Amino acid sequence: MTVGLVIVSHSVRLAEGVAELAGQMAPDVTIRAAGGMEDGALGTDFDRVLTALERADSGDGAVLLYDLGSARMIADLAVESHGNPLNAVVVDAPVVEGAVAAAVAAQGGGDLAAVVRAAGERPPEFGEQAPPAAGETVELVLRNEVGLHARPAALLVRTIASLKADVTVCHNGQQADARSVLALMGLSARGGDTIKVVADGPDAAEALRRIGKLVEIEFEE
Amino acid sequence: MGCSAADVASAVRAMATVVAQHRDELVDLDRAIGDGDHGENLKRGFEFVVSALDSTEVDSPAAVLKLVAKTLISKVGGASGPLFGTAFLRAATGLEEVDGPSVAAALRAALDGVVARGKAEVGDKTMIDALRPAVEAAEAVRDKSVAEVLAAAAGAAEAGAESTIPLVARKGRASYLGDRSAGHLDPGARSTALLLRSLADSAGAS
Repeated sequence: MTVGLVIVSHSVRLAEGVAELAGQMAPDVTIRAAGGMEDGALGTDFDRVLTALERADSGDGAVLLYDLGSARMIADLAVESHGNPLNAVVVDAPVVEGAVAAAVAAQGGGDLAAVVRAAGERPPEFGEQAPPAAGETVELVLRNEVGLHARPAALLVRTIASLKADVTVCHNGQQADARSVLALMGLSARGGDTIKVVADGPDAAEALRRIGKLVEIEFEE
Repeated sequence: MGCSAADVASAVRAMATVVAQHRDELVDLDRAIGDGDHGENLKRGFEFVVSALDSTEVDSPAAVLKLVAKTLISKVGGASGPLFGTAFLRAATGLEEVDGPSVAAALRAALDGVVARGKAEVGDKTMIDALRPAVEAAEAVRDKSVAEVLAAAAGAAEAGAESTIPLVARKGRASYLGDRSAGHLDPGARSTALLLRSLADSAGAS
């Protein structure tokens, strides 16, 4: 099993939409939408959130993301009422980006701490530069039309999730940690663009091979 | 208001009546700077509370307050559910007998719970602007009767609520308005003062 997700929103449709979007990238992750009141009105319903949390936590824990102020309070209350409060964490993150990042981390087998970290991370600010990555390097031309958009970025993260290697993707003077969907998307690499992939560590060669393969098959698109 | 579960339950019923009487006023206040649902949410929440009291055997003041808390948390969709629910829940904890010092302590526990839940402080234009001065006023007269403790709390809460008018909201939906939130009474501070005044009236009437 994997860490599960609960999307807490004032709106039934917003919660379901976020769950749908995140679920596309993480077919094996339990993502429960807990939006609106019992009668469908706008609001956050404690009982719905608690039920969703209990279903999302298979034993490996669950992460809750929320839309606005009182949804956070209801999420906190649900965690306090959960059978094992230490197994559930409310993350303060943009609900859509956070859910996508958390879902991908959970799909890759990340534990609760790793999923929380992924949900809460921010893509680097524009212009912010980490030290240049070093290691084995390949240059690849993106052949799929949308480039490193959400789904391809999620696939890339998943394909190297189990490998022991630091992998960095560089594009147009910026670089991104290849384990972060949001950072990869932040590169704005489109079809036809060239990316440079740098890997370091025991599985560096395998990481480059897998990413090269993914680019070659156009991210299964 | 005496000390029995029945006395506390009837004080809660009186609060439900007050909330219903002031529904439109609270809706108007919330429409000005929020989403307009505060009066209706709180009225409906207390209607559920009254039904719960009708259908549940409660044998202590603390049990009454816990039932109120659970109902508000489950039935009110906006922020007032978890916030007032937390306040009643914390007030119930440790409330074994109803006297001046224990009522002051219950109000302090309620305040601490609401601060932890909502992360607001005095000056943010929230219910805390009414609740914190109420707690401090109650503690100042804690050795007097329950009626006097609650009357002090209610008076301070009313003054505190009025003090929110010039403030710029820093928490909740009103904070999205920025400077435009100034010039309006905060609906959560107003309802907090209404509830405390109702409690004080119940205590004073017995």
